[in-house]
Amino acid sequence: MKYDFFVTGDPIILMSQIGIGLTMIGLIALITYLKKWTYLWKEWFTTVDHKKIGIMYIIAGVLMFFRGGVDGLMMKAQTSRPGLELLNAQHYDEIFTTHGIVMILFMAMPMLIGIMNVLIPLQIGARDVAFPKLNALSFWSFFVAALLFNISFVIGGSPDAGWTSYFPLAGKEFSPDIGNNYYAIALQISGIGTLATGINFIVTILKMRAPGMKLLKMPMFTWTSLVTSVLIVAAFPILTIALLMMTLDRMFGAHFFTVAAGGDPMLWLNLFWLWGHPEVYIVVLPAFGMFSEVIATFSRKNLFGYVTMVVSIVAIAFLSMLVWVHHFYTMGNSAAVNSVFSITTMMIAIPTGVKIFNWLFTMRKGKIQFSNAMLWSLAFIPCFTIGGVTGVMLAMAAADYQYHNTMFLVAHFHYVLIPGVVFAVFAGLYYWWPKMFGFALNEKIGKWHFWLFVIGFNLTFMPMFFVGLDGMSRRMYTYSESTGWAPWLGFSAVGSLVMAAGFAALVYNLYWSFRYASRDVGSDPWDARTLEWATASPVQEYNFAVIPEVTELDQFWKDKKEGTNKIKKEDIKDIHMPSNSAVPIIMGVAFGIVGFFLVFEMFILSAIFSVGIIACLIANSFDYDDGYHIPAKKVLETERKWRGDL
Amino acid sequence: MASQTSTPLEYSTHQNEMTILGFWIFLGAEIVLFATLFAGYFVLENGVADGPTLKDILMMKDVLIETFLLLTSSFTMGLALHQMRQNNLKGMLIFTVITLLLGAGFMYMEINEFIHYVHEGVTMQTSAFGSALFTLLGTHGVHVTLGIGWVILLIIQLVRRGITPVTSRKFFIVSLYWHFLDVIWIFIFTFVYLKGALM
Ligand code: HEM
Ligand SMILES: [Cu+2]
Repeated sequence: MKYDFFVTGDPIILMSQIGIGLTMIGLIALITYLKKWTYLWKEWFTTVDHKKIGIMYIIAGVLMFFRGGVDGLMMKAQTSRPGLELLNAQHYDEIFTTHGIVMILFMAMPMLIGIMNVLIPLQIGARDVAFPKLNALSFWSFFVAALLFNISFVIGGSPDAGWTSYFPLAGKEFSPDIGNNYYAIALQISGIGTLATGINFIVTILKMRAPGMKLLKMPMFTWTSLVTSVLIVAAFPILTIALLMMTLDRMFGAHFFTVAAGGDPMLWLNLFWLWGHPEVYIVVLPAFGMFSEVIATFSRKNLFGYVTMVVSIVAIAFLSMLVWVHHFYTMGNSAAVNSVFSITTMMIAIPTGVKIFNWLFTMRKGKIQFSNAMLWSLAFIPCFTIGGVTGVMLAMAAADYQYHNTMFLVAHFHYVLIPGVVFAVFAGLYYWWPKMFGFALNEKIGKWHFWLFVIGFNLTFMPMFFVGLDGMSRRMYTYSESTGWAPWLGFSAVGSLVMAAGFAALVYNLYWSFRYASRDVGSDPWDARTLEWATASPVQEYNFAVIPEVTELDQFWKDKKEGTNKIKKEDIKDIHMPSNSAVPIIMGVAFGIVGFFLVFEMFILSAIFSVGIIACLIANSFDYDDGYHIPAKKVLETERKWRGDL
Repeated sequence: MASQTSTPLEYSTHQNEMTILGFWIFLGAEIVLFATLFAGYFVLENGVADGPTLKDILMMKDVLIETFLLLTSSFTMGLALHQMRQNNLKGMLIFTVITLLLGAGFMYMEINEFIHYVHEGVTMQTSAFGSALFTLLGTHGVHVTLGIGWVILLIIQLVRRGITPVTSRKFFIVSLYWHFLDVIWIFIFTFVYLKGALM
């Protein structure tokens, strides 16, 4: 096998290596100096509280957004002028690969799963998720996988066959370095965690809703999370097997994808997209749910067409399993096959259009408040529509022979993913921040964040449509002056700087708000509609002193109008809570170590450390800890602090 | 706790109910997982690359014995569960141990079968067919092995704690898992071995 343990010979990477080393040492020293290890261990590393787990997911997601964003900026810098050599071809390949993976699996997924974690139990009036310990394991396996994936560029080398890692390119023959092993292993580890999350949330939503909350009385974000969870369970096992085949091919000499030995690279493509297309809906559906909540709240109306919204989500989820071939129209299917998948793909536009109109009608005649969360939702609609319309263009198989693998496609999916996921996450963060932390993010800095990012986004990606139509293929690390693309791409590079400035404004906003924002925002700062606002901000560890009863959609709104949002002292009972556990983090670390050795094909070591995983499973099986109770008296005290009138 | 109550013991708490539902959903994911493996096998089964086909190496007798062992173990697992419902710990343990032995017998036979294939010149590395065959059978075999380990852990807990809501829930779940592996095996038997023998 051919690799250097540490990647050498590139000054940028050397700097990163030193930088990472120093940051690690600095961080460890700082925590030790502040004597925070016990606090971190007790309150965060071993926690099973869905709110804290959610916050950890979000923090990791923001960091990964930074990493993925830096990758994006580097690519934009490289293509800003013709013939530049900031990055060589190999380096460019590595960067678009890690950018794609990081953004989708280690940014979008944790952001959304993080917000789901914080919100779902609150929205349905529950005290936690169905399996709190499993939830922690999901987080740690994601986190460890993200770390593993991210060290690839300094240790051993990054994957470089694109986020799709098509065979034969991703096979041993054409990618002998270990980079692509990172892809196979890190994705596998985080995929296991995601599958567990899917199961956890299905059970939570089906079995833990407050009394009276029928399925059709659930908030829209809960609905979308339920459907996303179902999609996760349906799609992730396909990825598991595809990655297993990849691992066996790359590390154990199997021949799933080797033509000469009877294998078939198209098998990889089919499996990858059988997972990959549902995956894009897995990330976009919860985002739709968040927009629905935000738009209803800030239009001061209930959501228009609730039932059609639900039907649309289910239809989208169903159709999303039937369209995967649209990713390779040009790769030898018959015209009949292409036509079928063309039609199924275009059909998705129907329920999606229904949703767009429902949002518009929700706003119609509403008293719209232009808060930051609402601004992001407003910007989402036109931007996402551009993404959707260009998607329908791509869906036409015959036309796709022109667009396939061009920058037009890259522009299209960024127009779907950035408004659909990133705008949604921003909207969700501004909206639910007070619930999570007890203070709001600054609205004025937020406006800077909003305008810079949205304008920068359009400046960056709009030109890509045109160079794409002009024939620029994707994943090209450089081009010549004579192509005439230079002005477009220069423009686009400037746009990406504006977008980066927007991100900087967000970071400044987080800093500013942590330091200076008013801690007195109340439990319901936006005059909102759903149950999460019926409890304190930040939320107490037990969520609800008394589980609310539900008779209506937007129950909290009704309670406020009718003055029934009070709880009675007599109703407060002892509250049962799950105990913290070290098993998830230890198991996560074990996964990480096993994964690391697998990446480097040190099978004996990885087998030895697998014993750690098994030991965790055994320890867990013998763990009969049944949690503990918070006495009613203590609950009453806590409640009095924020309710005043109890 | 009498066995006549309308809800079985393993469903007696809300947490148990949720855990069992969660496991059903997990089995749904497992179905997708095996379906993907089957799909891969069907795509690649003719990709023998001048090497032997399944028909050349198949030992139908051994496969039949494996099938017999696994199906019987599913039956004894059912009997163990029945004993659990009767609140008869001893009977439950006896049938569980029989189940385990049958499972172990199955694994022994399967490993033998693998060794035979390797001697006949079919390995993971010889052809795409070999890769797909070993991965499909191997994944099932690993599942059975994990199931055996899991049942052993449960036997220890049952001996220590008796039949409680928690142990009964755990046992119910492992029995679901065990039956599931049996169902997968029926598909393997039909669509890998029988089909291979006939083609
Ligand atoms: C933050 C601003 C972003 C910038 C500046 C950016 C820029 C880029 C560029 C320049 C490419 C490569 C084009 C090529 O040469 O083929 C790319 C590819 C890609 N981007 Fe982004 N992007 C950004 C955000 C995102 C987000 C938020 C996501 C997903 C949620 C995303 C997902 C992808 C994917 C999947 C690819 C394809 C990678 C591949 O070809 O394997 N990007 N992006
Ligand atoms: Cu697709």
